[in-house]
Amino acid sequence: MTRLLTVENLTVQFDTTEGRITAVDDVSFSLDRGRVLGVVGESGSGKSVTAKALMKLNPGNAVYGGQSKITLHLDGGEVDVMALRKARDLRIVRGGAISMIFQEPMASFAPALTVGSQMVEQLLIHSDMSKKRAREISIEMLDRVGIPDPVRRFGQYAFELSGGMRQRAMIAMALSTHPKLLIADEPTTALDVTIQAQVIDLMKELVAEFHMGIIFITHDLGVIAQTADDIAVMYLGKIVETGPVRQVIRAPAHPYTRGLLAALPRLDDLDAPLTPIPGDIPSPLERPEGCVFHTRCGEIIGDVCRGQVPCFHAVGEGRAAACHLYDHNGEGSA
Amino acid sequence: MTPLIRTRNLSVHFPLRTGLLGKKKVVHAVENVSVDIAPGSFFGLVGESGSGKTTFGRALLRAAPVVAGRAHYDDGEVAYDLRAIDGEDLKDYRSRAQMIFQDPYAALSPRMTVRDIIAEPLEVMKLTSSRAETDERVREIAARCRLNLEHLRRYPHAFSGGQRQRISIARALVSKPRFVVADEAVAALDVSIQADVLNLLRDIQRDMGLTFLFISHDLSVIAHTCDFVAVMYLGRLVETAPARQLFAAPLHPYTRALLSAIPSLDPDETRKAQKLQGEIPSPIDPPPGCKFHTRCPFATDMCRETEPELEEAESGHQVACLRWKELG
Repeated sequence: MTRLLTVENLTVQFDTTEGRITAVDDVSFSLDRGRVLGVVGESGSGKSVTAKALMKLNPGNAVYGGQSKITLHLDGGEVDVMALRKARDLRIVRGGAISMIFQEPMASFAPALTVGSQMVEQLLIHSDMSKKRAREISIEMLDRVGIPDPVRRFGQYAFELSGGMRQRAMIAMALSTHPKLLIADEPTTALDVTIQAQVIDLMKELVAEFHMGIIFITHDLGVIAQTADDIAVMYLGKIVETGPVRQVIRAPAHPYTRGLLAALPRLDDLDAPLTPIPGDIPSPLERPEGCVFHTRCGEIIGDVCRGQVPCFHAVGEGRAAACHLYDHNGEGSA
Repeated sequence: MTPLIRTRNLSVHFPLRTGLLGKKKVVHAVENVSVDIAPGSFFGLVGESGSGKTTFGRALLRAAPVVAGRAHYDDGEVAYDLRAIDGEDLKDYRSRAQMIFQDPYAALSPRMTVRDIIAEPLEVMKLTSSRAETDERVREIAARCRLNLEHLRRYPHAFSGGQRQRISIARALVSKPRFVVADEAVAALDVSIQADVLNLLRDIQRDMGLTFLFISHDLSVIAHTCDFVAVMYLGRLVETAPARQLFAAPLHPYTRALLSAIPSLDPDETRKAQKLQGEIPSPIDPPPGCKFHTRCPFATDMCRETEPELEEAESGHQVACLRWKELG
């Protein structure tokens, strides 16, 4: 398999009036072409900040750690994303090789421009095609994502489209430049479940067709189970567990992953009690020492959890968990 | 047993402002809804955006313009006709029926301490005679909602989403209501917190003998908390049944489609049922006949013309579909 993206030791902090807060802490992962990586986590887990770092879209008060390294492996060579500074150079990660779909399609389209003009504009920026050709491609893409009457929709404004339609248009726009990497940040969260099912199916088809890599960010483990090949579970800015999605969901290794699954209301077992993870997600201003999860962990071993940051340990084929429970296992690869 | 809430053919319409010569348009938010909510039950109302579930909940609290039908409240002590109620009776009803909102960030004033937020309903409705009594009530309900005394002195910004929702719950319950409308009360919460709030709601409901109308778009959440479920589509009830029965043997094609659309946690479980095409039509101009026929894979000409009514399929299980018998 061909490597598409390598992220090493990514640390992102934000300078705020209340001090410097850590959003992403020493995160490493990689993605191959044609694979879907599901990043799951709750509020404050750093999943969106991680995604935005890949396009350098975090706001001006973001401070990247000195060791942070993001490498994009393209046919023409490697791109060191952290080293990109000028707006011109950044185009390669902002719509060129990487596209992003956001949760709120209404907020992602400019309200005063037609959907079509926005699609054409980005095609003109990222390629040297003619305006006429850009229009053709845009209408083709709208058709491809299942929007009926694409010529009419092309000339409409975002508010004239329904929620599901807008999200389809957003996907069409993101894919029209043929990105190598698609970042989808909670793309189905604002949609009703019947529409969500349609969008998930559409995305699966498109992965197969375009053979790109996808980073799929969501808080919904069911959506991850249905879309991703691999999963990375994040908590308070740390990846705590990674591995193939089947194995991780069937036999989670990290106490946090186990807790998440136990807290989920399941339709196949209505008698199962809902077991919340005790306590609340700590404020980013009060990040716990040692393992970030120790304040809520039901399997805490003792002072080692309170004092030492756990390293990754192998917990099965292609799987790793950052937890002191596995301190006797070998070093993991994530 | 007399139902706590009983509605018959309740309809809520919102007139739309239109141009001078334009035809007057109306949003048919709730149409002909008849339900009995038994006292002490956890009644779930499920539907997608635009189904009218929130409007129905609000109508029961006298916060939406009911245009037709009847709605009654009877808790054994008092009985009210909710369309005619006014004056002192309405004030009394407001203390008996309360609401919990979806967004715990928007629902709490940032300028008030948690104590004042929880105490406000008591003060506004003059339910207590002294500050000491108010404090006592606030402390009591706060403890029940797992907030500690130290929390009461702080402001909402210091709290996480789950804690804020517990504050909202305490505020809704401090007037000792009998009936609570919880509108998407856990939708804004993280999974690990959601379970905690659901468990809290169920405990409180049992301990205080409350009746809940629990509105949610999330079938799994409804399945785990509610005793009885009503499914709404475009302002109409399409199916009502005891929760277990509904999830074990749904009869309406819409309920079936909703259930099959939930992404399974098992990556190998490919969804077996048919997927719904298209989207929910506009309630301004609802389709004739069965409102679901535009998306229903089983629709016939009959469905496009005749609107089905809720009928009893088996004891306690009602469905509004012309073809439920043949579809089996």
